[in-house]
Amino acid sequence: MMTREAYSELMKAINAGRFVFTGEIEPLKTTDLDDVIRVAEAHKGYVVACNVTDNPKACAYLSSLVASYVIQKEVGMEAVYQMTVRDRNRLALFSDLLGAAALGIKNVLALSGDHTTYSDNPGAMPVFDIDTAQFVFMVRKMVDEGVDLEGNKIGGDVKLHVGIAGNPNADPLEPELLKIERKIDLGADFMQTQVVFEMEPTKRFLKEMEKFPIPVIVGIFPCKSYGVAKFFDENIPGVSVPGQFLEKLKKIDNIEDKELKKRSIDEVNVDYFTDFIKEIKKTTHASGIHIMAVGYERLVKPLVEDFSKQSLP
Amino acid sequence: MIITKPKPLERILEMTEPFKRVLIVGCGTCATEVQTGGDKQVKEMAEKLKGKVVGTVVVESPCDLRIDRRDLKGSRKLVDESDAVLALCCGAGAQTLMDYTGKIIIPGLDTLFVGKIERIGNYYERCRACADCVLFETGGICPIARCAKGLLNGPCGGQADGKCEVGEYTHDCAWVLAYNALKDQGRLDLFTQFRPPRDRSAKAQPQEIVTR
Repeated sequence: MMTREAYSELMKAINAGRFVFTGEIEPLKTTDLDDVIRVAEAHKGYVVACNVTDNPKACAYLSSLVASYVIQKEVGMEAVYQMTVRDRNRLALFSDLLGAAALGIKNVLALSGDHTTYSDNPGAMPVFDIDTAQFVFMVRKMVDEGVDLEGNKIGGDVKLHVGIAGNPNADPLEPELLKIERKIDLGADFMQTQVVFEMEPTKRFLKEMEKFPIPVIVGIFPCKSYGVAKFFDENIPGVSVPGQFLEKLKKIDNIEDKELKKRSIDEVNVDYFTDFIKEIKKTTHASGIHIMAVGYERLVKPLVEDFSKQSLP
Repeated sequence: MIITKPKPLERILEMTEPFKRVLIVGCGTCATEVQTGGDKQVKEMAEKLKGKVVGTVVVESPCDLRIDRRDLKGSRKLVDESDAVLALCCGAGAQTLMDYTGKIIIPGLDTLFVGKIERIGNYYERCRACADCVLFETGGICPIARCAKGLLNGPCGGQADGKCEVGEYTHDCAWVLAYNALKDQGRLDLFTQFRPPRDRSAKAQPQEIVTR
């Protein structure tokens, strides 16, 4: 796989052949950092790093860079600083990358970003000065050559790993794979996938990825309620939630005792995703699992505690 | 073709309200083609603004100063009598009309895009005038105009079944179209090839071509 020097705990763990877990934290429309810290703490000891989202659904939230820094500094949780190319031109992206490197952030994830038509400020101008392939190209120049896109020298080291996203649910899959190949050739360090629920398309995608020299971390989304699972099943194209899992959540939906309901939902999720993770770990070359337990961080511990004993550095 | 659409009548009434003598000028080219500023629309507008219209003229191409001079020559008296010109043409036409008439210009249309006309009422954006055409390497599909993110190295993760998430999966993903076209042409290497960041300096300032 990668022969580049590993700067982050995430890349060190991957390079050491450990099956890694990453989590996800979503800063919201607030100046209060307590939630970000609380969620990071709930992940601590169970995941090697947490992604920090960058204005998901094009909604204007607290800066991902600030939240990434805070979880590293206050909680000791390594960040995967998500950066979309939607809101900033190459100058602003470069500037934030320098800032991130200066603050000790080691991982960034390049994303196009949900389009501004979905925004809570839908009149905003989408930027897309550079795309994610060009972003990877820029980060490589910064890290490997110490220069910006125009070749202007940077003072100090830039020690960053750049990740990319991949979509196992893409249909047609071929253009998605060619796009991924393009970014791997440019020097992407790792990949995290979009949400998957079903084993077969995940395995098919992972099989395709075997020909590429990049570690792949598979994205899962534990469902806090039947409604969440139903939403994914009905509204996210290409994503289908297995019927049995949906049925189990549906039954629980009618339980009136709140505590019992909560416990039952957690059990169904732990059962389903434990089997899923075991199968991925046993039968594929995936490097780990990315858990997007957004608003559902209580599931991280029961889901990964047995696995993470073997996985964390 | 430059695709335009009429501004809401309410807004036009609001803009024309301060003026007593309005000259309505239409466009004999693009706005005639898309039926927003042709002979018929100019006359209909005159009916709506009854009482303050000094006259109507359809200029062959209002964006061409030479044609404005030629086509408005016979209407010079109307131009002089008017205190504002309601332009039923694109923004380039409206500004050229201002250069010629020296009058206050009221835009009666909104300029939308450079597009393909399929039939009257069906128009599709096909060019962003980006000053650096990539059609050769994208199978004849413009990713600047047709990809919602204008990506040079698509597709993004937002395509499903070859449709774009922007617009609730009703529009084709430009990069899947490009992939299919290049595949058919046996030129998929062009799809995979990396296109570096664009030099956007040409579009970073108002553009002019002045050869003499």
